[in-house]
Amino acid sequence: MKKLITTAAALALTAGMASAEGKLVVYHWFEYIPQELLDKFSEEHDVEVVMDTYDSNEALLASLKAGAIGTYDVAVPGDYMVQIMAQEGLLDTIEDGELANKGNIQPEWADPSFDPGRTHSIPYQWGSTSFAVNRDDFDGPIDTTDILFNPPAALSGKINMLDSQGEVMAMAALHMGIPQCSTDREQLKALNAMLQEAKQHWASFNSDTAKEVLVSGDASVGQIYDGFAAKARQEGANIEYAFPKQGYIVWMDNVVLLKDAPNRENALKFMDFLLEPENIAAVTNYARYVSGVEGVGPFLDPELAKQPESNPPADAGKGVFIEVCDQQTQEVYDQIWTNLKK
Amino acid sequence: MAGGAATGGSSTSDTYAEARTWLLLPAWVTLGILVLAPVAIMLVYSFLTKEFRGGVIWEFSLGAYDQFFCSRGLFGDEPCSIEWTYIQIFWRSIWQAGAATLLSLVIGFPTAYFIATRPPRQRTLWVFLVTIPYWVNLLIRTVSMKFLLRDEGPLNDFLTGIGLLNEPLAIVNTNFAVQLGLFYSYLPFMVLPIYAAVERYNFALSEAASDLYAPRWTVLRRILLPSVKPGIVAGCILVFVPSLGSFLAPDLLGGARNFMIGSLIEEQFKGNAGNWPFGAAASMILLTMVLIILLIFARQQAKAES
Repeated sequence: MKKLITTAAALALTAGMASAEGKLVVYHWFEYIPQELLDKFSEEHDVEVVMDTYDSNEALLASLKAGAIGTYDVAVPGDYMVQIMAQEGLLDTIEDGELANKGNIQPEWADPSFDPGRTHSIPYQWGSTSFAVNRDDFDGPIDTTDILFNPPAALSGKINMLDSQGEVMAMAALHMGIPQCSTDREQLKALNAMLQEAKQHWASFNSDTAKEVLVSGDASVGQIYDGFAAKARQEGANIEYAFPKQGYIVWMDNVVLLKDAPNRENALKFMDFLLEPENIAAVTNYARYVSGVEGVGPFLDPELAKQPESNPPADAGKGVFIEVCDQQTQEVYDQIWTNLKK
Repeated sequence: MAGGAATGGSSTSDTYAEARTWLLLPAWVTLGILVLAPVAIMLVYSFLTKEFRGGVIWEFSLGAYDQFFCSRGLFGDEPCSIEWTYIQIFWRSIWQAGAATLLSLVIGFPTAYFIATRPPRQRTLWVFLVTIPYWVNLLIRTVSMKFLLRDEGPLNDFLTGIGLLNEPLAIVNTNFAVQLGLFYSYLPFMVLPIYAAVERYNFALSEAASDLYAPRWTVLRRILLPSVKPGIVAGCILVFVPSLGSFLAPDLLGGARNFMIGSLIEEQFKGNAGNWPFGAAASMILLTMVLIILLIFARQQAKAES
């Protein structure tokens, strides 16, 4: 049913756009880019900007595969999803010299593992996923993943996990010190058993209200993104964002050029626009993450530099990206996830 | 329908006999596009080969149904044994939906009876009152419900405040919260059909029974209940069926610790699994189950009438 609707909507959009010029169709996360920035682009380039939103990387992929490809010009997938979309043939290649501002990309983001040479994407925002602890409920050390998977009695039954297989599995791998896409049967069995045990301590799985349960006090511990934790703290929750010594998840959202983009020229203009420090800084100020562009400093909200969620302490573990497993391995992880939630 | 009344003839369809095909066309087209075509797509997809990360390969496969009924171990290389995982998920959903239906019936029936026995002018007002909360979006109502039931919510504040409890009652993230949420979501679907049935009921029958020395309980059981049974059955079906596939209440109030049928199917399309044929197969199995339940009800109804 959903697929049919998506397809119908896609057809309707394509039909409407066939003759249109000076248009740009953006497929974006919800509540992420300030409208003023879109208006600014619209004015500067005399282009009509249309935006649709999605709420997860997987939802973006499902929609494009269900027939929406060819409707949109650009999308904003996370790191591992860039790699998957490239593998699925959903991305167009940015030729050398097509982006005037490509040199503005910070060197550490110019050649990432998920898109070598940045042939399909430009950096948008990046941040981390870890967990936050309510300091009214617990004042012990929190720099360990034990807080999530083997918590002290005071926190047992008061933990909210993200309802997302990728984030839970990656964090579990860090906790156990095993590869994210392990093929070792003993490791996988141990992972399965560890999660079954840990689940007894978890109150809920929820991504949409990950911030709210911390603010309301319903959960004492919540797996959460750094920007969300910062917002929860601003809303009055006495929470601390943890950087466990076992490591934490790093993610980066990227603007990609979609295959069969109906307005390829404008898509490239938009990407150049987002590589200008002043423009991308506006996104950072709004979403409270970090950009991957040189020279944004002067345009940033000074509060951001001091934000503890964006500044890991010196003794923090390593930040790692979520890895993309091959089909056979992924099927075992799907099975473990089903076992966990059955 | 109105044709019969207009002509006063014995057959209601004569007036429009010639145009009948054309008059039915919009209904058939709507049904075809919105119901039959999607179900047909789902049926076909459930027998196709899954494509990694969503999508289908156009090759016949029983893989989806095999996954549903056959457990092949963590690594998928053991011989087939009965897969309890999905049966367990289906059973949990049926149980939750059943409990919500029962709760709706217990509260809904007296409510409907109360409304139907008011003076006619007041009834409209009461029905109107029942529907007022449903002007608000379901998501918002479910979230609000969560805030009422929270450990530090008004309900627990009240119960601890009057000294009935020392510790707040943990309701959120339990099965009971899910049942309560489903009950609240679908209560009017129980009240309205029962109200319609009780309103048509001839109360002289109850009086006659009482005159013949039937105790009140017998009047209820032997006279009133059989007369309004169609309304009760309709109400139960209207609450049970949407509860079965619901995932809003289980996710928000139950904490989504365990899959329900709805969230299991959603995961196949929007989650990491990306297993469309399996999602389609699970939907088909759900659909078949609901159809069987409806058929049993319809049969019993027909039997009772004949």
